[in-house]
Amino acid sequence: MVLKLQQSHHHQSVAVKGNEQMGTKRGYTFIQSNRDWLPKLILLWVMVMGFISTWIYKKMDADNNVRREEVLSSMCDQRARMLQDQFSVSVNHVHALALLVATFHYYKNPSAIDQETFAEYTARAAFERPLLSGVAYAERVVHSGREKFEKQHGWTIKAMQREPSRLRDEYAPLIFSQETISYIESLDMMSGEEDRENIVRARATGKAVLTSPFRLLGSHHLGVVLTFPVYKSKLPPKPTMEERIVATAGYLGGAIDVESLVENLLGQLAGNQAILVNVYDITNSSDPLVMYGHQNQDGDWAVVHESKLDFGDPFRKHQMICRYHQKAPTSWTALTNVFLFFVICLLVGYILYGAVIHIVKVEDDFREMQELKVRAEAADVAKSQFLATVPHEIRTPMNGMLALLLDTDLSSTQRGYAQTAQVCGKALITLINEVIDRAKIEAGKLELETVPFNIRSIFDNVLSLFSEKSRNKGVEVSRDKTNRKPSLAVFVSDKVPEMVMGDLGRFRQIITNLVGNSVKFTERGHIFVKVHLAESTQPVADTKVETCLNGGSDEGLLISSACQFKTGYEAADERNSWDSFRHLVVDEELRYDAPVNTIDEASRGITLMVSVEDTGIGIPLIVQDRVFTPFMQADSSTSRNYGGTGIGLSITKCLVELMGGHISFISRPQVGSTFSFTTVFKRCNKASYNDTKKSIVELPSGFKGLKAIVVDGKPGKQNGHVFKLPKVILLAKNITNVELEKAKAAGFADTVIMKPMRASMAAACLQQVLGIGKKRQAGKDMLNGSPVLHGLLCGKKILVVDDNMAHQRVFAGALKKFGAAVECRESGKAALKLLQLPCCFYACFMDIQMPEMDGFEATHPIRMMESKANEQMNGGMDEDSGRKGEWHVPILAMTADVIHATYDECLKCRMDGCVEAL
Amino acid sequence: MDVVNQLQRQFIDYSASLHREGFLDDQFTQLQKLQDDNSPDFVVEVASLFFEDCEKLINNMARALEQQQGVDFRQVDASVHQLKGSSSSIGAMRVKDVCVAFRSFCEAQNREGCLRCLQQVTHEYSLLKNKLQTLFRQQILAAGGSIPVVE
Repeated sequence: MVLKLQQSHHHQSVAVKGNEQMGTKRGYTFIQSNRDWLPKLILLWVMVMGFISTWIYKKMDADNNVRREEVLSSMCDQRARMLQDQFSVSVNHVHALALLVATFHYYKNPSAIDQETFAEYTARAAFERPLLSGVAYAERVVHSGREKFEKQHGWTIKAMQREPSRLRDEYAPLIFSQETISYIESLDMMSGEEDRENIVRARATGKAVLTSPFRLLGSHHLGVVLTFPVYKSKLPPKPTMEERIVATAGYLGGAIDVESLVENLLGQLAGNQAILVNVYDITNSSDPLVMYGHQNQDGDWAVVHESKLDFGDPFRKHQMICRYHQKAPTSWTALTNVFLFFVICLLVGYILYGAVIHIVKVEDDFREMQELKVRAEAADVAKSQFLATVPHEIRTPMNGMLALLLDTDLSSTQRGYAQTAQVCGKALITLINEVIDRAKIEAGKLELETVPFNIRSIFDNVLSLFSEKSRNKGVEVSRDKTNRKPSLAVFVSDKVPEMVMGDLGRFRQIITNLVGNSVKFTERGHIFVKVHLAESTQPVADTKVETCLNGGSDEGLLISSACQFKTGYEAADERNSWDSFRHLVVDEELRYDAPVNTIDEASRGITLMVSVEDTGIGIPLIVQDRVFTPFMQADSSTSRNYGGTGIGLSITKCLVELMGGHISFISRPQVGSTFSFTTVFKRCNKASYNDTKKSIVELPSGFKGLKAIVVDGKPGKQNGHVFKLPKVILLAKNITNVELEKAKAAGFADTVIMKPMRASMAAACLQQVLGIGKKRQAGKDMLNGSPVLHGLLCGKKILVVDDNMAHQRVFAGALKKFGAAVECRESGKAALKLLQLPCCFYACFMDIQMPEMDGFEATHPIRMMESKANEQMNGGMDEDSGRKGEWHVPILAMTADVIHATYDECLKCRMDGCVEAL
Repeated sequence: MDVVNQLQRQFIDYSASLHREGFLDDQFTQLQKLQDDNSPDFVVEVASLFFEDCEKLINNMARALEQQQGVDFRQVDASVHQLKGSSSSIGAMRVKDVCVAFRSFCEAQNREGCLRCLQQVTHEYSLLKNKLQTLFRQQILAAGGSIPVVE
């Protein structure tokens, strides 16, 4: 055994390993295999998201700057354009003034302009030149003409330093000036370096030229001097430089206050506060000169826009530079957006991480569970194997003990104890056997054998076994209960072959289990086993009598040509109802002549359908789904009432499934249960069939076509039937020899069959009767009534009380039929007279509804009388009263309407029963 | 023998037709079964008892119902009950059925209904009597005897 256990352990551990491997294989997923990378992955995710966020922010910021630059450039260009326009307007005015001087000073002779005129005109036209602080005219004087000029004007030509000018080739003294700048009159413009250069350039080009910016004398504003040449004579259409220089008469100049000009201009425009504007003279590109604006002013140097300015002087270049007053403000929108984006990304990352972690956790748990499951299963297997082996070890010594228990001579007490021990031991062994079966099936160790056997004889055996048991039960329980034992019967369809190949023992076990269950749970009614081929859809059609009748049933049991079966109790499965059996009988009569054996010999397997029907307590609905679960019973109270381990049905189910069938049941509580199962057997081949055939009793073939009526039961139900049968066989359960003699003396019984009636016994008996039947003309001189009933009533005096003559007559006739001596009375009073003690009536039937004195009223004085008599002669005895020690005439009420109330009333009036009579 | 057989079949047919038409039920069959050598005229005896009883009861009821006022319905009811018992003991189904209706009218104290039922009962009763007489005659013939001149 140790070896076995070790083996099993080994086996089990192998199984566990296999399972584990399977589990791990299944457990590997992508997430599982990369679980260590998870924290790194989440970090990477955060970083990537951070980068992306920064990038987005930068992009948005750059967009902002571009927009700023665009705005700046457009503003700057606008300002530059306007400045240019204003400047050119001023230049045009100066040009006009130059033309004026040329026209009125040189073309007119004498000159139409003198200083006063010029001053007045310029002063009055000053509104047109708001930016020019003043204009002045300088005449070209060559050195040769200096003295003449000085003489003519009355002053000497002065240089810029207010001293008489040194000698030069030519001079340009101011002759006319606006009053605002009259202080520079008579100054030689040629003496200043810048002015001289300006003048030279102006007369060469004939256009307005500008000086570089400088601080104006009066206002200290930055400004430039604009110089225009004035020519003496009209120039040819395309004058050369020399021609221009020769024709030059003088120069008109004006100082432009650039600073106020720009200031003015900017003041007119919107957005003035936001930007800083600088204007430079960049003629010398390496050293730009400021014309407007402060070089060192703060401001945003990041964004700068340069606009070209063209003031009409081709030699000078100017440009305007604009920038923002303040640095670009931080873009809160962009920042917020980016921040939100980042947060969302973080959350997404967190969620993903959480999900993955969860998956990992679930998978871990799953694997753990699987491991536990495998272990639990292994434990279960181990348990099963243990159970499969250990009970063997228990059973063997147990058997030895039981065998030896009663072997020696024992005193009566000892023997009694030993017998008890043996009974207990046997019960224990039965239980152990069940456990072994169950365990064997679970461990898959049960093997089915295949032997030929006779199905009918199996049923015969099993049924007789149970009727034996139930009879014992009946003896043990109280007397009135014996009447309530169920009857037991079997049908085997004709189509079912006699011999089949299969596991006889196991099949027998199934039947035993099911029938045993039914017997256990059925108090009254019937237990009915039906066997037919699963192929035939109709309920059993061609059936022969195969009966095992167990007596003691309260109700009549009638079996005719085929089999009729009725105990008055409803069955759970209606297919087995009384009606369907009536059909069977008809069927049987119709096709009696048809060949019975229609089975195709070629078909190999035989599927048998067996149903076991009972009228027991049924199975409660709530437990119906776990009926086949091992160790499950309907409930503990049932367990107490009926005992058992609850393992039987599960074994049965396993066995049925092993044999290739199914088991199912229909059950209605308090009505009964019907268990049906199918099994598959092999068809028996001829050789083995012949071997076994000899050993069994040839059963029913001799009786085909015979009709039989079996009557069993009490009077009242079957008293009127006409029986035209040639033989009467008395069926008895526990018949005593005395009764037997009596029965034979009565001359109606050919023989007696002890119940339960088994097919084999019935067959033998029938044969016996028929064999001797020829001699006697049985039946003609027989009374047509129930033999049992006849035996019961023969010679007994019975009183019938009824006012209805017809009724009385009929009833009396019925009783007389059974040999009773019947007295009739028409009223309760008359009956009372007859029933005075000591009376000699076996029983009294009394109509309830009678004039004068009805049944209840009549019963009362009788019972009074009897009880008085009983008190007086305690222990007295009378043959006819039927009861020891007391007077008691059984009084049975007769009534047409037996409703419950009436029955109760009968009992209240101390009647003994109630007969539904018409 | 052929004649007897024929007669027997006729008898069986007739008795079956009586069953079919509802005049008689199983109870009558039971009665027939009770008849044996010990009491060969059992059925006839019972039937004649029944007929006597019936006539008596019908007369009783008719008398009770004739009274213009103060009909004693309890008395009528008792008679009907008895009639019902008798008819069911002989298996006269149709008479019994009418009795059931009759009783309900009695309980309702409905004189019109009672009278109608009384008429029906009388009718059914005479019908049954005729039928049964025919039957008995056939029965005797079938048994191989001759028709008694009586009745």
